[in-house]
Amino acid sequence: MDGKEIKAAPGDTVLKASKKAGIYIPTLCADKELEPYGGCRLCVVEIEGVRGQPTACTTPVAEGMKVLTQTPAVEKIRRTAIELIMSDHPADCLICVKNQRCDLQSAAAYLGINQYKFKRTSRAVNPDTSNPFFVRDLNKCILCAKCVRVCDEIRGVGAIDVAFRGFGSVIAAFGNQPIISSNCISCGSCVSKCPVGALYLKNEKRPDTEIVTVCTYCGVGCGLSIGVRGGQIARVLPDPNSEVNKGHLCVKGHFGVTEFVHHSERLTSPLIRVGNNFIKSTWNEALELVAMKLGKYKGPEVGVISSSKATNEENYLAQKFARVALNTNNVDQCARLCATPTLEALTAAFGCGAMTNPIGDISGAGCVLALGTNTTVSHPVLAMEIWRGVRRGSKFIVVNPKETELARWASLWLQNRPGSDAALLMGIAKVIVGEGLEDKEFIKGKCENYEAFKTSLNEYDLDFVENVSGISKEKITQAARIYGTVKPASIIYGSGITQHIYARDNVEAAANLAMLTGNVGKPSSGVNPLFGQNNVQGACDMGALPDMLPGYQNINKDEAREIFDAAWECQLEGTPGLTVTEMMKEAGEKKLKAMYIIGENPVISEPDSQHVIEALKKLEFLVVQDLFLTDTARLAHVVLPAASFAEKDGTFTNTERRVQLVRKVIEPVGDSHPDWWILCQLARRMETKGFEFANPSQIMEEIAGLIGEYAGISHSRLGSGGIQWPCPDKEHKGTPILHENGFIRGKGRFTPVEYREPREKPDAEYPLILTTERNRYHYQTGTMTRRVTGMDMLKHEEYLSISKTDAERAGIAGGEVVKVVSRRGELKVKAKISDDTPEGIVAMSFHFPGTPTNVLTDSFTEPSMRTPELKLTAVKVVKL
Amino acid sequence: MKEKITEIFTKFTDERDNLIPLLQKIQEELGYLPEESLKEVAKFLHIPESEVFGVGTFYSQFKLKPGGKKTVVVCRGTACHVKGGARIQKDIEKMLGVAPGETTPDMEYTLETVACIGACALAPNVVVDKEIFGQVNARKIKEMFAPAETGTTQD
Ligand code: SF4
Ligand code: SF4
Ligand code: SF4
Ligand code: FES
Ligand code: FES
Repeated sequence: MDGKEIKAAPGDTVLKASKKAGIYIPTLCADKELEPYGGCRLCVVEIEGVRGQPTACTTPVAEGMKVLTQTPAVEKIRRTAIELIMSDHPADCLICVKNQRCDLQSAAAYLGINQYKFKRTSRAVNPDTSNPFFVRDLNKCILCAKCVRVCDEIRGVGAIDVAFRGFGSVIAAFGNQPIISSNCISCGSCVSKCPVGALYLKNEKRPDTEIVTVCTYCGVGCGLSIGVRGGQIARVLPDPNSEVNKGHLCVKGHFGVTEFVHHSERLTSPLIRVGNNFIKSTWNEALELVAMKLGKYKGPEVGVISSSKATNEENYLAQKFARVALNTNNVDQCARLCATPTLEALTAAFGCGAMTNPIGDISGAGCVLALGTNTTVSHPVLAMEIWRGVRRGSKFIVVNPKETELARWASLWLQNRPGSDAALLMGIAKVIVGEGLEDKEFIKGKCENYEAFKTSLNEYDLDFVENVSGISKEKITQAARIYGTVKPASIIYGSGITQHIYARDNVEAAANLAMLTGNVGKPSSGVNPLFGQNNVQGACDMGALPDMLPGYQNINKDEAREIFDAAWECQLEGTPGLTVTEMMKEAGEKKLKAMYIIGENPVISEPDSQHVIEALKKLEFLVVQDLFLTDTARLAHVVLPAASFAEKDGTFTNTERRVQLVRKVIEPVGDSHPDWWILCQLARRMETKGFEFANPSQIMEEIAGLIGEYAGISHSRLGSGGIQWPCPDKEHKGTPILHENGFIRGKGRFTPVEYREPREKPDAEYPLILTTERNRYHYQTGTMTRRVTGMDMLKHEEYLSISKTDAERAGIAGGEVVKVVSRRGELKVKAKISDDTPEGIVAMSFHFPGTPTNVLTDSFTEPSMRTPELKLTAVKVVKL
Repeated sequence: MKEKITEIFTKFTDERDNLIPLLQKIQEELGYLPEESLKEVAKFLHIPESEVFGVGTFYSQFKLKPGGKKTVVVCRGTACHVKGGARIQKDIEKMLGVAPGETTPDMEYTLETVACIGACALAPNVVVDKEIFGQVNARKIKEMFAPAETGTTQD
């Protein structure tokens, strides 16, 4: 190249080779993440023996190729390309948001263009401002199609494409309509890619400093780069260096942070109830009161609900506070609703209840089996990894009653009846065994209890499975053949299979399937639960569970307790405590008298919410610690204002066991304080030792000393990127794939799974099945996201999705307010006719307190399972 | 319309390569490509709606709006251009009150342009419903379109 001998890998383009060799070739449409496009013709070069001037970004290298990057002919083409763009590009640089960050400016400057060559014209189209978070000003568009390609190739959305031809070409959504009317998911990836000022963020301020931290919303744990200006968040961008999100975010992380953090309704001082009102108080007063009151109760009379949104350090302290200061094992968090079945079943099968493989290797799987996950909505950035695989040609099997966006990507979509997942998976296993597709060597060498499992398959005659699941025998067989033969195969699953009363059966069946085919302990394989909240994994690791000490040490094991007794200088109680749902029950019976709720909103999130409200009202003393005066906080005697994730240091552990550093970006808003600080203050006032921490980094030191998986983790190490546990020592780089050298528990254990009918069954009175779901724009009970104007605009209210047939049967039209009645409660909600919802099923989310979906659901839990049924409630829809 | 499209789908597999043949078939059956049909195609082929729209608007053979009873094609090839094709186009636009690609409100005419119809000797040329009118000038244009404008018939 240019007379220099350079090396390149086979398959590299000339452009890539030039970069490796440090030779600069100007580009406008090339992007290392996107497929070559060859649209801008800026990267043209001359190649000996090749006619004309090919584009370096699309031409693959060859041995001995002679390339010239700077010839007069090349120079001329480049200049003309830029001059043509400039001919209808507005000369607005000074008032353009991209001024000084614009690739067109740089290219023109590089080529030394100092005048307009062609007659200037203008497109004069109105900017599309329909999206609440960004503007599309296509007058400035240079048609590099980076936005089109990122939207399709990386995000799998395809909201926009190049439309029309010649000079009329534009980037358009379907029908050249405003972007808001398209299937755009407002992720902002196109905005990040646009090289010019055609796509830009609304309300963006240029920051003084930029601090890298971790998103507070879902379990993916994307890296955020938060810009700060004058002590306020000025903008949020993806952290380009994060291994997790690789420069992308979803709408919540990108646009859902700033407004809730700085919202005027943030609690800024402690509140104490006087009669029906709250009065503001000082911290000292509030802490004294809480310490005094909580100290009065005996262990079984108090409960602590910690939060899977809080940091590891805070969850660790919360359970330590409960166990040491309050003498109780009644400590839990909302992970109960989705993570417990996983913890239990995967621990029993493999020896560890966590995602076996990293997010980053899903795309490498030959086959991905997705169970009960609406990933593009619940874990949007992880969904990109699935899409990457699908584009590469991996076989994608989707099991979901609803026609989710994943179903569109699927090679095979099994639209099963709610509650039939375990039966379906066992049916698939039966075919695999029947056709001899099982990995006999793996089973023999690494697993146990296979015969018992095999016997339990007898129950799953395919006719029976077809009957229960509604999936034809042919499709079951097809799925079995794909999953059984295409290697490696990865199973991913979400709350669609865990928010069930018999959820553990589902996870067991999935684990069986993975072992049966030898898909554990290898890259791009395994059983991979996708946790909903940012720190479900961490909160569980830290022992914020009634029956587990930190590091999943069983509370009823003497050896385990002895270690912690010694470390914490206390005498731990050996009987497991109550779960959230059980605490509510006991509060209702006045057996539990006081409760300390940190960052959770059980009034909205727990099933059977009417009972939860009544129970909380019966408490003698309730402390709620949160960012906002939530529906739960309104019932409290003392409300303590907590700092948000942007206002504190700590760590979150994402769904793939990656411990990542959360950094303080701004000072706590008002007089709020981080949860860890509050817990330390309370403990001190209760004269409990072991809470003398000056900062979260010290708390992590204590954690590392007690939890083997975290032994090598410290804040200083995490400064240069997250680490996936187990990380047994300071030199250890972490463990992306579990069970690589054999199962953690020794041998993988098969579990026979018996068929159980769902407890909730539709009947003549309640003929429909209600299932709860998530919405792309809201999170949990909506406390944070509903306070973001743009999110509220994108989804303002709850609705009931119902199929056309069922709507007709009930005589209702779309948009009509209807009554939904279950065996436990009723509510009013707008109906929306949806093609995605099959007959017999209706769906609602649970993000809107005005429409408290959980008045309908059942809080009953099976004693051995302890998770309520949230995905399946028999209801009727009544016309008003 | 829905039934017709569903009927057409039965003759194709859902591979992406079928996009253009499918659009051609639908246009053949319906005369144009209604928006609804593009959405159906996207769904059927499991590809984004925007992509179908992109393809539908890129190729000049596809019409996204119903055409008029007659199609008026003004040649904009070099020979016709030299002989005043641009002027002819302007006149016809004015006469019909529509721009190329559009149809008169009474659904009588759809105006289009094309690059050289291969009758350069007669330039400038206009084609009305496959009939070629050569050496067109302002007077001829008036004659060609006056009837539709006034609503009377002429043979
Ligand atoms: S909007 Fe931006 S990214 Fe998209 S084609 Fe135009 S210039 Fe490129
Ligand atoms: S915001 Fe995301 S989904 Fe919307 S057009 Fe841009 S890349 Fe596509
Ligand atoms: S995918 Fe999850 S972690 Fe990433 S930005 Fe969205 S909510 Fe945050
Ligand atoms: S960078 Fe190669 S053509 Fe645009
Ligand atoms: S240029 Fe008009 S017919 Fe050839």
